[in-house]
Amino acid sequence: MTFHSPTRWADALAVRAEHPQAVPIAGGTDAMVELNSGRRRPDRLLDLSRIAEVSGWDTDGGTVRAGAGITHTAIVAQLAESAPALAQAASTVGSPQIRNRATLGGNIATASPAGDTLPTLLACGAAVELHSVGGARTVALADFVTGPKRTQLAPDELIAAVLFPAATGPQHFSKVGVRAAMIIAVCSFAVALFPDRRSVGTGIGAAAPTPRAAVEAQDFAAEVLPWDSLGHLDPAVAGYFGDLVAKAADPIDDVRGTAQYRRHALAVIARRALIWAWDDLRGAVPCG
Amino acid sequence: MTSGSMGSSPRRPDGWAKVTGTFAFSSDLSMPGMLWGATVRSPHPRARIVGIDVSGALALEGVRAALTHLDVPGAPCYGLELRDQPVLAATEVRYEGEPVAVVAADDPDLARRAAEAVLVTYAPLTPIVDAEAAARGEGEAVHAGRPNLLRHVPVRRGDPNVEAPVVVTGEYEVGMQDQAFLGPESGVAYPADDGGVDLHVATQWLHVDRDQIASCLGLEPERVRLTLAGVGGAFGGREDISMQIHACLLALRTGRPVKMVYRREESFRGHVHRHPARLWYEHGATRDGRLVYVRARIVLDGGAYASSSMAVAANAATLGVGPYRVPNVRMDSYVVYTNNPPCGAMRGFGAVQACFGYESQMDRLAHACGLDPVELRRRNAMTTGDLMPTGQVVEGPAPVAELLRMVAERPAAPRTTAFGASGGHTTRGEGVVRGVGYGVGIKNVCFSEGFDDFSTARVRLELRDGRPVVTVHTAAAEVGQGLVTVQGQIARSELGVPDVVVAPADTAVGSAGSSSASRQTYVTGGAVQAACQAVRRQVEATTGEPYDPTALPRLLARTGAVEETVRWHHRPTKGLDPQTGQGDAHVQFAFAAHRATVEVDVELGTVRVVEIVTAQDVGRAVHPQAILGQIHGGTVQGLGLALMEEIQVTDGGIRNPSFTDYLIPTIMDVPQMRVELLELADPHSPYGLRGVGEPPAISSAPAVVAAVRAATGVELSRVPIRPHDVVWGAGR
Repeated sequence: MTFHSPTRWADALAVRAEHPQAVPIAGGTDAMVELNSGRRRPDRLLDLSRIAEVSGWDTDGGTVRAGAGITHTAIVAQLAESAPALAQAASTVGSPQIRNRATLGGNIATASPAGDTLPTLLACGAAVELHSVGGARTVALADFVTGPKRTQLAPDELIAAVLFPAATGPQHFSKVGVRAAMIIAVCSFAVALFPDRRSVGTGIGAAAPTPRAAVEAQDFAAEVLPWDSLGHLDPAVAGYFGDLVAKAADPIDDVRGTAQYRRHALAVIARRALIWAWDDLRGAVPCG
Repeated sequence: MTSGSMGSSPRRPDGWAKVTGTFAFSSDLSMPGMLWGATVRSPHPRARIVGIDVSGALALEGVRAALTHLDVPGAPCYGLELRDQPVLAATEVRYEGEPVAVVAADDPDLARRAAEAVLVTYAPLTPIVDAEAAARGEGEAVHAGRPNLLRHVPVRRGDPNVEAPVVVTGEYEVGMQDQAFLGPESGVAYPADDGGVDLHVATQWLHVDRDQIASCLGLEPERVRLTLAGVGGAFGGREDISMQIHACLLALRTGRPVKMVYRREESFRGHVHRHPARLWYEHGATRDGRLVYVRARIVLDGGAYASSSMAVAANAATLGVGPYRVPNVRMDSYVVYTNNPPCGAMRGFGAVQACFGYESQMDRLAHACGLDPVELRRRNAMTTGDLMPTGQVVEGPAPVAELLRMVAERPAAPRTTAFGASGGHTTRGEGVVRGVGYGVGIKNVCFSEGFDDFSTARVRLELRDGRPVVTVHTAAAEVGQGLVTVQGQIARSELGVPDVVVAPADTAVGSAGSSSASRQTYVTGGAVQAACQAVRRQVEATTGEPYDPTALPRLLARTGAVEETVRWHHRPTKGLDPQTGQGDAHVQFAFAAHRATVEVDVELGTVRVVEIVTAQDVGRAVHPQAILGQIHGGTVQGLGLALMEEIQVTDGGIRNPSFTDYLIPTIMDVPQMRVELLELADPHSPYGLRGVGEPPAISSAPAVVAAVRAATGVELSRVPIRPHDVVWGAGR
């Protein structure tokens, strides 16, 4: 096996162009499982973990650009303000050891229906920045993931960064599992309020072939939330929101749960998450 | 008293290495010129083998051997109780993952590819997977010419037709739990000059492995030598043969050392599991909650091969009414063959399944009688002198009521929510209700039903550089429980010598029996004690002076090295009458009680355990810290059975053979645990001690389930509890 370990991004793109069959590996928390199990026997690996250029993040105040190589631990520590739901999701991934290694780019590239960061990024309307030796393009995350573990990534491309608007309001992420840690989601949900533009973003995880937004639910919430008065959220509104989220899902029965339970649980966590987000927003506004 | 004696908690010799990651487990072994073995396994739970073609594997550069059933020189089958399991399947496969061929190659990846290159042609058959039908004698035979009913254990006591004013019935189900040890099956075999073979392996019983290996290799047992390698957990899952015979076959064929290490998915298919069970109970009682009768039927699914199923069925039968006084019992326990994954020993061994049944029933009965669950149990708790349903008198201490009182009287669990600290941010208190539940259990210690259960210890006392040194040599498997430390403590206490070396466990000394049935401190501890006493007597006889540790330099200068080897038996037991199940089948009984406090999110059906309080009688706390570890670990294993641990099987196939989806509790799932010990000496056991390892794993699951029921009011008749069971009821 040939192991490429560039330290510069341009070199990594060059290797990628020359050897499109080389398997990119960053934290290795997905790729090594495939290798160890024998499910994959690649001739080449392209190690991205030594490239400092893509491991940080920055912001112009409005948009956050998170490098693909940022670890889940760094997300929890550094992005809790600009991306609270993403930071919550990152904190539920694996164990401390896994969070120290696993990267945001890896979670996106794997494109698992249960990828924990994906619903939060969908809720923010995130886009992925893809690089190749030929140039760069930016694709909405919702379009980038095309199926279970399938993406639009071209054979000569690498994920360079993720772009999303910095939070302007509360966000929440919830993940259902029978174990308190080290658990793949039975289902998950993210909600993001953007009071500046009076919009609501959502993301559903592990309850459809890909993570997806609950469009009808988020439009409904944006429409009926009392943005002007910041009044109390009618529980029936939150309940209906939850039902719309459940309706947007397309779950299956598998070893982790039944489709019926997933829909039910999604309605519960979506309702709760909207209430929390709205209560946070009301609490954040100074009285009188 | 010599430092590091009985009752203190000296450091275990492997502790530092394990914590820092330098301990050599069996999977870390290496030898010069070593080949790697791999196993070809059936993808079908039941199929006829039409043909096996190994030529594709042998054609690969670097592949040194590819063996089938035709290459097994001795007995074609092995087994703990029945020799029904082929070393390599010949004409038929009976479970998914059954070994069909083995290969050896220069590196592990090549070995795997060679295994994939072996072409096995199968004619799949419809798998036989219904254990209840098998118990009724229905359906095709899993093993041609043998009934699917492996064993029926009836227990009859008192009046079979007695009636009672209060009757509760229940039907319960226990899923297939796995031992989930972290160290996969592994070892290295290498050929010896005498035509025999040496094997370093992680196992629970070196000698029973050796005898099965020798028989299948067609060798005298003396030419098969085993040494215990570092064991990464066992819990019963290493009592059966896995890669032992295969590695030896490959080593003898190639003339080179051969290492085998199972991958995780392979491990899930490469060892036995806890028997899944269906249990039907009827309890009759007086209006004030005193048991009049118990009628029960238990069906255990043994899977494709017998393993230790017959003994598991006997445990379920004889311990199946729990630690209670029951004058009239009609119990029928069945274990059957199916094409499901083979099941065998796992911590608790038949007592776990039964305990979930009878403790669920005791809660129902308490409700029916309008009694507190602790009070109902107290009124029926057995005590010394009571009779088991088998007619056996409970001779030693049986502090069942006392253990219940100890857990019940502890202050209530702290109010801190268990959902807050961890998990998926699913609740801020919405939907969360709290409940408390109790469980108490009974377990036999040591092997039962007349089994010749003994251990052998060799103890040598000599001067080294003028200082007395003791060497203890046994074949007892240290599987993580701390037995090496205990052997040293006993030798220090008996001989008053601080310097004790515990030699590596191997077959150069006589059998120690199995590291199972909570028996090693009892039996190998008893053997070490007896051998030390024999050494003392020999020093006294040779010198004519009383044994005095402070005078050993002088005494041993006269005697030279003193060595004694003792084979030590516990009190004999008897078989069960095949019609009535009567008989003094067990050596010792052990008891523990649990109180669990849980929080349930009733909307999501998720559960977090807030606190578990447990009390256990250990007879004599030889190593208090190790006992605490056993009780913590066993309790958490029971928590796992209650809430998450299940091998999911459909049509004979395992759906979750990985730690991604076979869930065991993480440290974030482990609640506050408070442990209370009783030390009531058993007059028959060495030092009065009582086996410790299994009781904590028996009553914790029922206690957790009882707490969830108390919180939700939902009848939960199945473990593990699934969230949808809580949301919509258990489906029964």
